Amino acid sequence: MKKLPSTLTYMTVSLGVITIVAGALLAWVHEITAAPIAEAAQRKQVEAIRAVLPEFDNDPTSQKVTWTPMAGSEPFMIFPAYKGNTFAGAAVEGYSLNGFSGEVRIMYGFNAAGDITGYEVLSHAETPGLGAKMNEWFRTDMGRRSVIGKNPARTSMYVTKDPGGEIDAITAATISSRAFLSTLRECYDAFVYYKTEKTVSNE
Amino acid sequence: MNKLRIIYNGLVTENPTFVLLLGMCPTLGTTGSAITGLSMGLATSGVLVCSNAAISAIKNMVPDKVRIPAYIVVIATFVTLLQMFMQAYLPSLNESLGIFIPLIVVNCILLGRTEAYASRHSVIDSVFDGIGIGCGFTVALTLLGSIRELLGTGTVFGARIFPETYGSLVFVLAPGAFIALGFLIAIINHVRNRNKS
Amino acid sequence: MITYISIIITAIFVNNIVFAQFLGICPFLGVSKKLSSAAGMGAAVTFVMALATCVTWLLQKYVLDVFGLGYMQTILFILVIAALVQMLEIILKKIAPALYSALGVFLPLITTNCAVLGVAILVTQKGLSLGESLVYAVATALGFTLALVLFAGIRERLALTEVPSPMRGIPIALICAGLLAMAFMGFAGISVG
Repeated sequence: MKKLPSTLTYMTVSLGVITIVAGALLAWVHEITAAPIAEAAQRKQVEAIRAVLPEFDNDPTSQKVTWTPMAGSEPFMIFPAYKGNTFAGAAVEGYSLNGFSGEVRIMYGFNAAGDITGYEVLSHAETPGLGAKMNEWFRTDMGRRSVIGKNPARTSMYVTKDPGGEIDAITAATISSRAFLSTLRECYDAFVYYKTEKTVSNE
Repeated sequence: MNKLRIIYNGLVTENPTFVLLLGMCPTLGTTGSAITGLSMGLATSGVLVCSNAAISAIKNMVPDKVRIPAYIVVIATFVTLLQMFMQAYLPSLNESLGIFIPLIVVNCILLGRTEAYASRHSVIDSVFDGIGIGCGFTVALTLLGSIRELLGTGTVFGARIFPETYGSLVFVLAPGAFIALGFLIAIINHVRNRNKS
Repeated sequence: MITYISIIITAIFVNNIVFAQFLGICPFLGVSKKLSSAAGMGAAVTFVMALATCVTWLLQKYVLDVFGLGYMQTILFILVIAALVQMLEIILKKIAPALYSALGVFLPLITTNCAVLGVAILVTQKGLSLGESLVYAVATALGFTLALVLFAGIRERLALTEVPSPMRGIPIALICAGLLAMAFMGFAGISVG
């Protein structure tokens, strides 16, 4: 079959048909994959919550509350955990735009007293081998690195370089460490907000 | 042409990365580790084979003057299909490859190959060409990724070969990509020159 | 105002599109042999990137998001870019035929320049406003031009030196690019405001 000549009609029809077929195919696959895509995103969040919190038996995602760090900025998300009717703690997903390479997004877990029970770094663009170590550094029980078990109300969550700071920064990655701790401090503020204003009392 | 010959061509004689020097952006951007290099190579190969086949099938229905936009739409469709598939079933891989997945559509290899080969050959031959070039690209990316991961962190595919402190972190970062690829192409050039004489 | 300055400094130096983000490598290696064609390419890319980012931003906001057609983003964006490059070719042929012939085959290749499509996608991912996106696109293109011009200067010198035979051409160019990338890493961590 010889190639079609390049007349305006043939060109428009040919390109048009290809685009329509392409669009239809994509719309169809989009329908099929929309649910798994949403599920995959949900699953990541649920797994992070489970990883940072102590035991709970409610569904934190359905009871989530938002808190805005600064007027007009994207809110943090607080996922409260209850055991039976008692407030057991909360996981807070927060972010900082002051990472070395932009946004860092971290989920922290606090128990009812405000002690840090865990954290998961959800996304970051920090340098591998430097800032990217934040996922392990701040839970390693060496010197004053670990934040696990500490309470931001009693321990100053700043790097030791900053006045009064009590946490060791990642070697050669002070900026990433500062971003990590500033997210932690704001997430703690969100936690306190929830605890004092929003705790569902099921007496 | 013998089908195996076509594959050998894509893998060695016309290796897109080392000989044709095409598709440099993902070559440098996704080879921080062996697994991301391998995944990117496989993803691109998938799109290449499908696009080659589709374009070869419709080559007689597309007037000459609109062939570039037409090929672009076909390639972009397969890339979007890949994106949706990865978002749904391979989300962590999707995150590590990041923006380089939609950028497969402007990978010079794809447009170059469909224009140079698929638009002039049968569907079967085009599929084999896609497989050959795809293999060549995947091997190149995996090789570069392994070298960078090994020299940078002492692991290959996550398996530790030597302690991390002996690694030179620069290889996992931007400058190391350029330098590692430069030396790799130089070594391959040297081998090819020796084979010629 | 400070946001704009911050975007400009970051896009040109800290997150240089070539040395930090690995986009635009093909023209970077292909057009950087002579200083004059490098500068011309940089100007052409700046024009296409700025215009393309505006058009794709508007399309994303008023068409794709409104109709929930997010998945058509790749196809639509690349078609817009292809059309703009075609337009640019026609315009250049008329008003600057010397530049047109100097750029040669690399002009239509702006379509496949990952930097142009990359920036269009990045601004939608970062959620920038139209003004911020435009500034980001122009600044990124300036960073690209800077990288290109620096590299062309180096390569013109390289052409006069003795390079071992396997290293000639692309390998030695890549190693120089790596050293340049290392130099640019010195900008990392700078933030304004």
